[in-house]
Amino acid sequence: MNDAHGSPQTVVVFGGSSEIALAVLSRLAARRTRTVVLAGRNPAALEAAAGALREAGVTSVEAVVFEALETDGHAALVDDIFDRHGDVDLVLMAFGELGDQATLEDNPPAAARLARVNYVASVSIGLAVAARLRAQGHGNLVALSSVAAERPRRSNFVYGSSKAGMDAFFRGLGDALRGSGARVVVVRPGFVRTRMTAGMAEAPFATTPEAVADGVVRALETGAETVWVPPRLRWVMTVLRHLPAPLFRKLGDG
Amino acid sequence: MGRELLAGWGRTAPTAADVCRPASDADAVAALAGAPARGAVARGLGRSYGDAAQNAGGTVISTARLEGLTWVDEAAGVVRAAGGASLAGVMALLSPHGRALCVVPGTRHVTVGGAVAADVHGKNHPADGSFARHVVELTLATPGGLRHLTPAGNPDLFWATAGGMGLTGVVVDATLSTMAVETEAVRVVSRRAGDLDEVMAAMDAEAGRHRYAVAWLDGLAKGRATGRGVVGWGDHAGAGDLPPAWQAEPSRRSVAVPPWLAGLRVPGPAVAALNQVRYHRSRAADTTTVEPLDRFLFPLDAVDGWNRLYGPAGFVQYQFVVPFAAGDVVRTALERLRDAGCPPFLAVLKRMGAADPGPLSFPMPGWTLALDFPTATAGLAGVLDALDEVVAGAGGRVYLAKDARLRPELVGAMYPAVDRWREVQRDVDPAGVLTSDLGRRLGLVRPRAGAG
Ligand SMILES: Cc1cc2nc3c(=O)[nH]c(=O)nc-3n(C[C@H](O)[C@H](O)[C@H](O)COP(=O)(O)OP(=O)(O)OC[C@H]3O[C@@H](n4cnc5c(N)ncnc54)[C@H](O)[C@@H]3O)c2cc1C
Ligand SMILES: NC(=O)c1ccc[n+]([C@@H]2O[C@H](COP(=O)([O-])OP(=O)(O)OC[C@H]3O[C@@H](n4cnc5c(N)ncnc54)[C@H](OP(=O)(O)O)[C@@H]3O)[C@@H](O)[C@H]2O)c1
Repeated sequence: MNDAHGSPQTVVVFGGSSEIALAVLSRLAARRTRTVVLAGRNPAALEAAAGALREAGVTSVEAVVFEALETDGHAALVDDIFDRHGDVDLVLMAFGELGDQATLEDNPPAAARLARVNYVASVSIGLAVAARLRAQGHGNLVALSSVAAERPRRSNFVYGSSKAGMDAFFRGLGDALRGSGARVVVVRPGFVRTRMTAGMAEAPFATTPEAVADGVVRALETGAETVWVPPRLRWVMTVLRHLPAPLFRKLGDG
Repeated sequence: MGRELLAGWGRTAPTAADVCRPASDADAVAALAGAPARGAVARGLGRSYGDAAQNAGGTVISTARLEGLTWVDEAAGVVRAAGGASLAGVMALLSPHGRALCVVPGTRHVTVGGAVAADVHGKNHPADGSFARHVVELTLATPGGLRHLTPAGNPDLFWATAGGMGLTGVVVDATLSTMAVETEAVRVVSRRAGDLDEVMAAMDAEAGRHRYAVAWLDGLAKGRATGRGVVGWGDHAGAGDLPPAWQAEPSRRSVAVPPWLAGLRVPGPAVAALNQVRYHRSRAADTTTVEPLDRFLFPLDAVDGWNRLYGPAGFVQYQFVVPFAAGDVVRTALERLRDAGCPPFLAVLKRMGAADPGPLSFPMPGWTLALDFPTATAGLAGVLDALDEVVAGAGGRVYLAKDARLRPELVGAMYPAVDRWREVQRDVDPAGVLTSDLGRRLGLVRPRAGAG
């Protein structure tokens, strides 16, 4: 069960090897989290993550196979996890692919694949999780969206549009779950220094997985529905959203 | 039966359950027998602060329709009350007969079942013990049917139920012994004390001389003033104590928090200012007044829905008790909270006397401190975790009826007889029907297999 501060005892992560997810889990392990399920496609990476969590005090860590592209199997996968673990207090949606915009523009099948990972799989996992949270009458779903979801940019609109889709989906899902005891938190980090962004030029307000983790933990405490990391991005993006297109283009990709 | 979102008085961690409202003892048994995989638990007036009267995804058995009151022996003041009867209702029945309940908590809006399940205590714990001490007989709806329990005849199940947080069954009625009172008034002596040592010394010095004793502390006071407060002692007034103009006034009407205010969060500085006023309005020398019983016992009942003033994230109450020998933990707690930037908005200190035999009953001889905080106070979760260690290390415990956040690993240290309680619980509920959010969170009960 979640406690008054939103600290979960049992957590399931989709995208179990994500660096941001592991930063969140290490914060939660310091509080109440004792059972973790890591769902991902790379067993070696999941095993490494599991080892770190055990050291951090998580007594039960399990790795399960999850491929975002195989959406037909998602509901059964979610049901299996919930059936075996009883109460799931927090589900963290951390899978995603950034891709390289220039390459994707020349490769429509690859671009569509990325959209399927970031958006379509969010829908199939999200709905299956929501049904189980509704049935158990409680639980938080935290979705890692992105500032890129806020307004499409020339330099990464394939990724940005897929994140915009998942962001809209989870906000709607949050509304659908009102009164059910379950809650959705949408997290919009800016540029985070992880392997996903390794080698790229840093964007303004670049931040760390630990800062994202702090933002998530704080949202669980306060009941916030959207979180920006760093927090001032909320105001920056509020301004950017309303800029006239020509000016935005200049700023965004100058 | 429909799904409802339920929270405790602190309004933290709401969860949804199917709520049923049995109208008879047999219906209550049927509700347990027909409970779904995620089980069932009773709920009274929802005045426990945390998640004790919630059962996410399962059944919550509201006692709202179990309300009857009957005299068992009017002359001796023995009354039988249904599990859903409120203490306010019981008191209204008693008062024209010159009787009063021996033990009441700080609000009269709790049910008899809730008072048994938390084995509640009042400002007179050293003198009169906790609620279950005055229960002559209980009727408990269990998954196996109705059980009639007396402390002598069924000590194990009786005392597992007193303090058992609803996890042994639904109390459908309780027979209570009461006390004779000459008036509906209390003679109150109060005095302010400039720091914590002075407060505790005054309470020690007066121990045993008055029926009721309580100290309100200014949790926002800093430095040498840390723990300053106002100590009040009370005794039932005799007819001769009443001033000539005194009338047995009807119980004071309460005011409600208006909806527009309920959405806002009262800011810390406003609370600090109110605390200042309250402290400085009191006098350093003894002041004697005569107050209506209910105003003395239930000061917070004057404002309906005051819990909403903490805003949507709600608030947490942290109440612990430590043995008298570890009284310094009271100071440690106030200082650590102050240093962490988490001063309590409300702080109440009491002395407790001999414990009841209930393995999960909270009271034990020592100091008990109750502290209220807005849930979202940054850093609060961590300081309270650290205080749990201090409290457990000192041989103390936190109160489950207030709890919304204890680490399950510490339950055994704080309630050393919990394993004995679990044995009795499993005997009465072998199939694991009885469960609650609190029970799951703290691992008090083992949810049924496949109960996800
Ligand atoms: C302003 C205020 C002041 C308070 N002061 C004090 C105090 O001074 N001392 C003190 O001890 N407590 C105090 N309390 C706490 C309160 O007395 C307890 O939490 C009490 O249990 C609440 O009763 P309820 O009917 O609201 O029960 P609920 O909050 O609805 O339920 C509390 C627990 O009792 C169980 N329960 C309820 N009804 C039944 C039943 N019929 N059969 C079996 N189990 C049942 C529930 O399952 C749950 O575990 C205070 C609370 C408030 C809001
Ligand atoms: N880093 C940033 O700047 C940033 C900013 C905003 C939002 N985000 C979002 O935050 C989330 C986590 O990112 P991160 O920074 O922690 O990067 P990361 O470490 O690369 O994590 C991405 C995760 O997604 C998984 N994944 C990718 N494709 C998958 C597929 N087809 N099936 C199953 N799993 C797949 C990866 O698994 P493998 O280990 O198997 O590859 C990995 O666990 C992502 O949703 C990302 O979009 C990141």
